[in-house]
Amino acid sequence: MSRRSEGTNEFGRHLLSVADLDRQQATLVLDTAAQIEAALAGREVKKLPTLRGRTVVNLFFEDSTRTRISFELAAKRLSADVINFSAKGSSVSKGESLKDTALTLEAMGADAVVVRHSMSGAPHRLAQWVRGSVINAGDGTHEHPTQALLDAYTMRSRLGRLEGLRVTIVGDVLHSRVARSNVLLLSTLGADVTLVAPPTLLPVGVETWPVEVGFDLDASLPKADVVMMLRVQRERMAASYFPSPREYSRRYGLDATRMAMLADDAIVMHPGPMNRGMEIAAEVADSVRSTIVEQVRNGLSVRMAVLYLLLGGSEVSS
Amino acid sequence: MGHVHNAANDTASETAAEAAAAADPALPRSPNRLILDAGDLGRVIDRIAHQILEKSDGARDTVLVGIPTRGAPLARRLAARMRAFEGVDVPVGVLDTTLYRDDLRMRGVRALEETTEPPGGVAGKLVVLVDDVLYSGRTVRAALDALRDLGRPRAVQLAVLVDRGHRELPIRADYVGKNIPTALTEQVKVLLDEVDGRDAVVLQGGTQ
Amino acid sequence: MSAWLITGVRPYGEAAVDLLIRDGVIVEVGRDVTAPGAERIDGDGLVALPGLVDLHTHLREPGREDAETVQTGARAAALGGFTGVHAMANTDPVADTAGVVEQVWRLGQDSCLVDVAPVGAVTVGLGGTRLAELGAMADSAARVRVFSDDGFCVTDPALMRRALEYVKAFGGVIAQHAEEPRLTAGAQMHEGVRSAQLGLVGWPAAAEEAVIARDVLLAGHVGSRLHVCHVSTAGSVELLRWAKAKGIDVTAEVTPHHLLLTDDLAATYDPVYKVNPPLRTASDVRALRDGLADGTIDAVATDHAPHSVEDKECEWGAARPGMLGLQQALSVVIATMVETGLLDWRAVADRCSTRPARIGGLVRDGHGGELLAGTPANVVLIDPADRAIVDPAGLASRSRNTPYAGMELPGRVVATFLRGRPTVLDGKAQA
Repeated sequence: MSRRSEGTNEFGRHLLSVADLDRQQATLVLDTAAQIEAALAGREVKKLPTLRGRTVVNLFFEDSTRTRISFELAAKRLSADVINFSAKGSSVSKGESLKDTALTLEAMGADAVVVRHSMSGAPHRLAQWVRGSVINAGDGTHEHPTQALLDAYTMRSRLGRLEGLRVTIVGDVLHSRVARSNVLLLSTLGADVTLVAPPTLLPVGVETWPVEVGFDLDASLPKADVVMMLRVQRERMAASYFPSPREYSRRYGLDATRMAMLADDAIVMHPGPMNRGMEIAAEVADSVRSTIVEQVRNGLSVRMAVLYLLLGGSEVSS
Repeated sequence: MGHVHNAANDTASETAAEAAAAADPALPRSPNRLILDAGDLGRVIDRIAHQILEKSDGARDTVLVGIPTRGAPLARRLAARMRAFEGVDVPVGVLDTTLYRDDLRMRGVRALEETTEPPGGVAGKLVVLVDDVLYSGRTVRAALDALRDLGRPRAVQLAVLVDRGHRELPIRADYVGKNIPTALTEQVKVLLDEVDGRDAVVLQGGTQ
Repeated sequence: MSAWLITGVRPYGEAAVDLLIRDGVIVEVGRDVTAPGAERIDGDGLVALPGLVDLHTHLREPGREDAETVQTGARAAALGGFTGVHAMANTDPVADTAGVVEQVWRLGQDSCLVDVAPVGAVTVGLGGTRLAELGAMADSAARVRVFSDDGFCVTDPALMRRALEYVKAFGGVIAQHAEEPRLTAGAQMHEGVRSAQLGLVGWPAAAEEAVIARDVLLAGHVGSRLHVCHVSTAGSVELLRWAKAKGIDVTAEVTPHHLLLTDDLAATYDPVYKVNPPLRTASDVRALRDGLADGTIDAVATDHAPHSVEDKECEWGAARPGMLGLQQALSVVIATMVETGLLDWRAVADRCSTRPARIGGLVRDGHGGELLAGTPANVVLIDPADRAIVDPAGLASRSRNTPYAGMELPGRVVATFLRGRPTVLDGKAQA
């Protein structure tokens, strides 16, 4: 594996999992995002020349317009050339393997590949086949590192700290890459995480995670600084993860009554897209506590920071 | 603590020289030579402040923009002195140039530093860029690019505490605290109380 | 037929003797054997065991000859010290008729490297709904005695009961792939701490154990013989121990990979470690080794499962499960059971030859016998001191999906004899 040359900050080649980041590196991403945000605040020209001549490929095997657009804009604001390679309508849908796709991108000289894939671990595989940096933009039910980074960034900018922050994550932890990345990153950064979910939507082995686990949302709300609501798909009902959307929403949904139980400065987060009326009531999503729009905005700064840190320095080839 | 390189006064060539000197213990190194002590440094800053006031018609429509790390406190000190001399409030900003550097690929990724636009912006103003050491000129070039994206100043000038020569670009300073002829193997260190706990300018390294 | 004199070899790792093979039979075992005209092999430092028997091999022919053929699989088997292998029924077409099992059996005979005993499917097309013509397969030239839907579980309890009963008529055995499919829908790896972390759908131990529990009760109820394929969990070992103590006629096998590897390897997301049943935890590995040591588990069976490059060089979720096993099985047994002191060589012969031959009905062909004068000369010579790093490129299989690549493993098969004829000499296949 190649490593950065005698750089002032050691940063890996890829971002596959937030487990790749220690506390110093994670903090560096957040600090860099803050500096970039400040550098661009109120400016006429919102573009930086930093990654001129570099090529970033958005390789999306799964539809996610929001994440793709966020990465695309982040790369363009750093002056990188961006190629969007969506699996639909491409050679991939005609049966081309991930490896062949990787070799094609390699031949095109991609400096970074941002990959979204429905299968856990696909970015890890890709990283074995390309020389450029691989950024995991969400893989199956595994991880979504930049989402966790932008969530942490949002918490820090709203509440001023992460150390000791009490974060309650509510909902379908079992199928959530957002939850996995957030649990890892927040514990790395010193926050106290509580998971609240129906037992069917918690993975076997969750007892080994650095979190508290509870089943009672009402009990955990008054203690929380942050409540993060996860998207719950109605289809889970068909597999008997819960009896009905109504029962789910009654036991685990965040409505105005429950929101009133929160501390005065507590915030409500959601990675989007929301199921209004299912895990989150409309008046909660639109309240001043809600950081949902901020999260989208912060996503841009955080992704610029990640691209800068992965591509902004020299590289000693392997 | 990992020392984050000061983007303001370091270039690839300086780093290479530094590395060469450090790598060869047999290379005789001269002891640090004190160029300016705290008193000298204060007087130099006072002089630059006076010169800026003089050339800008009493700092009319003038803003100071410091280049991190040490250019930022220098700009604040200049503003304080200008207030003391003439009672003018000169807006101060900070401009990190890292994202505009043309030598990013020559070394590991650098940490960014703060950027703060001066109150009232830069459009239509006389912008005085402030840095500690002028060397290759690449930092100043990056700062000019960054400034252009911030807005359109009426004019841009450059104030530096030390000019050590060895320019790689056609850039010169409008205000120079002290010219120090140096060898490529030498390194000029500006120490400021706000960053380093004391005020001084020292010359390090080089062969005897 | 020529004669072979192996001098100074240690049968079962015991005292060194000379071993004379002539006309397909071991004719003499003793000191200072003289045999004019016999070809000599210096057996100094080598251990002799009866030829190994594998109860569980996928040879992929017919249907996936790009991954393996009977010929390439037979070569891998011979190089691994095997003289008999059972070829699983999940080919294309499925081995659920006398015609297909005879074809596979003949291909094995033609290989001249190993006896291939076809396994017949329990149900038509492995569909799990209708019994295949088990009797016709038993009566065919292939003389099938082991029946399995391996790859799929016979989940219908009534159908399983009938199958267990029906094969009694011809001394057959049902080899169950124990997996409750409703509990393993979409499963990618062992369900536990690792799967939670990696976001891969879990394959719970209970899905295996629930079926084993049901099947030993059924076998006990109808007085039939049951064989359990690739036991992978500590709980399964306990259930088998309980069933055997109750006097239920059940046997079981464990794969080399389940004796050595754990689910930690899934963290690489390299599908070479994807297998069904999945790699389990270190405590399961310990329980499996103990179960094999005390005889609760009767046999080591490879579950040799060749896959083409495109079925493995892909995302974990898209990859087919399975690993190569034939060529490294004995080495893994030496590393996990012999070098750890859990089994002596006699017990290795028991678990890798005698018992599997008995379970699979291959004693009739002279497999699994003792190394004594008068028994058919199915013999393997092993250099236990030799250690080598596994290089996938050097394997005889047509596929490359070995999980042992780069590992240093002990034990080298120097020679294999099938009914007195060398199939491997000096570590090289003879066909």
